[in-house]
Amino acid sequence: MRQDEPASLGPALPFRPLTTRALGWSALAALAVTAWWGLWVSPPDVVQGQLVRILYVHPAVATMCYVGFGLCALGSLAWLWPRTRSPRWDRLAVAGAEVGSVFCLATLVTGSIWGRATWGVWWTWDPRLTLTAILFAMSLGYLALRRGIDKPQARSLASSVVAVLMALTVVVDHYATSWWNSLHQGTTLLQPNPTVHGWQLATMLASFVAFGLVFAWMMVHRYRVEVMEERYEDELLQAALAARRSEVALLEPGGPGTGWAGREDWAGDGPGRRLAPAPGSPPGQAGVGAGALPPAGGRPEVGVR
Amino acid sequence: MVLCVRLRQVVAFAGRYPLLAGVDLDVAEGEVVVLRGANGAGKTSLLRAVAGLLPISSGEASVLGLDPVRDARALRRRVGLLGHRNGLYEDLSALDNVRFAARAAGAPKAAAGPALERLGLTGRLADLAVGRLSAGQRRRVALAMLAARQPELWLLDEPHAGLDASHRHLLDQLLREAAAGGATVVLASHEAAVSTALAGRTLAVAGGTVVGGLLADELGPPTDHQVGPPAGQVGAVSREGVGPAPLAQAGFHVA
Amino acid sequence: MWRDALVVAGKDLRIERRSWVGLNQVLPYALTVLLLFGFAFDQDRSLLAQAAPGLYWLAVVFAGLPAVQRSFAVEAADGAADGLRMSGLEPAGIFLGKAAAVALQLLVAQAVLAGGVAVLFHSRLAGPGLLVASALVSTAGVAGAGVAYGALLVGLRARETLLPLLLAPVLAPVVLAATQAWRSALGLSAGPGGGWRWFGLLACFTVVYLAGGVLSFGALMEET
Repeated sequence: MRQDEPASLGPALPFRPLTTRALGWSALAALAVTAWWGLWVSPPDVVQGQLVRILYVHPAVATMCYVGFGLCALGSLAWLWPRTRSPRWDRLAVAGAEVGSVFCLATLVTGSIWGRATWGVWWTWDPRLTLTAILFAMSLGYLALRRGIDKPQARSLASSVVAVLMALTVVVDHYATSWWNSLHQGTTLLQPNPTVHGWQLATMLASFVAFGLVFAWMMVHRYRVEVMEERYEDELLQAALAARRSEVALLEPGGPGTGWAGREDWAGDGPGRRLAPAPGSPPGQAGVGAGALPPAGGRPEVGVR
Repeated sequence: MVLCVRLRQVVAFAGRYPLLAGVDLDVAEGEVVVLRGANGAGKTSLLRAVAGLLPISSGEASVLGLDPVRDARALRRRVGLLGHRNGLYEDLSALDNVRFAARAAGAPKAAAGPALERLGLTGRLADLAVGRLSAGQRRRVALAMLAARQPELWLLDEPHAGLDASHRHLLDQLLREAAAGGATVVLASHEAAVSTALAGRTLAVAGGTVVGGLLADELGPPTDHQVGPPAGQVGAVSREGVGPAPLAQAGFHVA
Repeated sequence: MWRDALVVAGKDLRIERRSWVGLNQVLPYALTVLLLFGFAFDQDRSLLAQAAPGLYWLAVVFAGLPAVQRSFAVEAADGAADGLRMSGLEPAGIFLGKAAAVALQLLVAQAVLAGGVAVLFHSRLAGPGLLVASALVSTAGVAGAGVAYGALLVGLRARETLLPLLLAPVLAPVVLAATQAWRSALGLSAGPGGGWRWFGLLACFTVVYLAGGVLSFGALMEET
């Protein structure tokens, strides 16, 4: 399908439909397997009981959230680097940030549920929890910034700079929150280090595969949407350019108050109203428009001393 | 002849809207060029593209031998732009504004006083916060900023707007002096008389392109504000019989 | 770069001296925020004294937002942003100059705020060196981050609301680290050693944002 697209329509759509469909179905299958193993096959934990089942969602979702933001930072850095600058990196960055935000929200919600069940509170000032919340706020700011800028080049630049600065902030934040936490002695409750084995391990691995596939599927589609938007904008640009040029046609002979049109001095070859080539000028100069001075050869001295 | 501005098929967008749809423009050093056209024709965008403020999507552009996009910083020290808006700091006095412009461009701070004087802003007017000046006075402060900088290329967008007859004359004189001193002047105006007074070449802009030069008889009769000497005496050399006929006639205003 | 920074900082401070908009509005606002904290904590003296450093830095961040907005509103008012681009000034110099002017205004506001905190919340001073050093460094960081993000938003439609959304999460480590440094400077937590460690973190943040601003300001000014 993508072979017969005309070249003028901007970037070609990446990934064949078959690839994305296979990815989607395998993600769905892996999710089903994870749900089946996680809810029915694997036994309750000795210590945590039924609560252990959230282990089959939360760690995988949280990992995908960090992978998404990592891809966003990576794409932004690659876009900023002059040698690797390409719209591809910007698309990767926006896809990573958007999909990452979805997983980030899921991380916060599942983490909160887990916290309520194990420690009896919906929220605790655990460093990782705090950091994830800050990350979520930052990603919303990043996405709001992208929506606020219309010019593609400006949008890529501003959002890349913000993403890189935010990534650096996260590093500072990491140290800040973990040092801060060491001052507060109350939160040693969180030691998510249960000895996992057997069906539990298998189900956890399955959950990583399943959410990894879901993540990849969402990334691919978000990336494709970005490409489609670019193609759509390209088409609009071509149409707008033609419309702008045709404004000149409104000034044709008989049109409102202009005198140059219709004189035989002016060769009317289309909307650009190009000037006829000057006698004796090289053929390459033929397309030069009305604002240009005559080419060398017949070129007179300029009018103002 | 050295070209100061050379544009070939320049296209520029604002979002999805094409401001410039393939402009060709040549301006020689020391020339005065007046761009004429209706509102929205692309005059302002053309000036901004030459100043390097408007990113160019396609086409070739060279201004003072530099690429206005790639060498923007080097170019801008040598180019002065007076836009629709004056770019003044409302809370600063006229003198402070001009001083800042001069220092920023690397010109001596002392250039501010004479420049203001040249535009008739002396005494109390120079020390008043710009926000309290009238529209015409503010326009003159902005012009004084250019005069203090003495750029090699002057780009002016409707510089006569808001000025009274005597200050229009003053502005015309200032521009002619700048051109006589070797600077190049490109200004946009929708008034026919401006071009007559300045003795410049007049180009018509429409639909985001330069569509042609205006002929002398299309410029209309001079209006009241033309107080300066007739164009022919100020420096426009008659170009009849030189070069290809259409350009000699249409590209240059013959007095 | 340094000369251009001086020119721009001089210009911004001269505007402030002529108009007094920044201090006339930012300072009363910050003091009001302090009073509101007092209401929120219901005059619980020991609690207020404990929370004083955190409340102080929150007030500083709240004061920083309008200061940054004012710094760019001045450029946007009469198309001066184009003038700044056409001026031939080095972008890095413009960034440093604007950040320095914002930082200086914030420091003046902080001097008054600190007095307010001492009086209203009954704080005592244990480590003046740490207090001043961390205040200076975090102010530079707030101003640097603010001006970098302010430049980003110059041409945007919804910049007034977008700036807090972008800046607040980014300033989170400053609020945290400066608060901890001040807690130790005010003798609220054990030993000044921990305080200096927080100071190091603040310095990291400030360096990141000043360097990021210097590197990216030129491109940001061109594109937005």
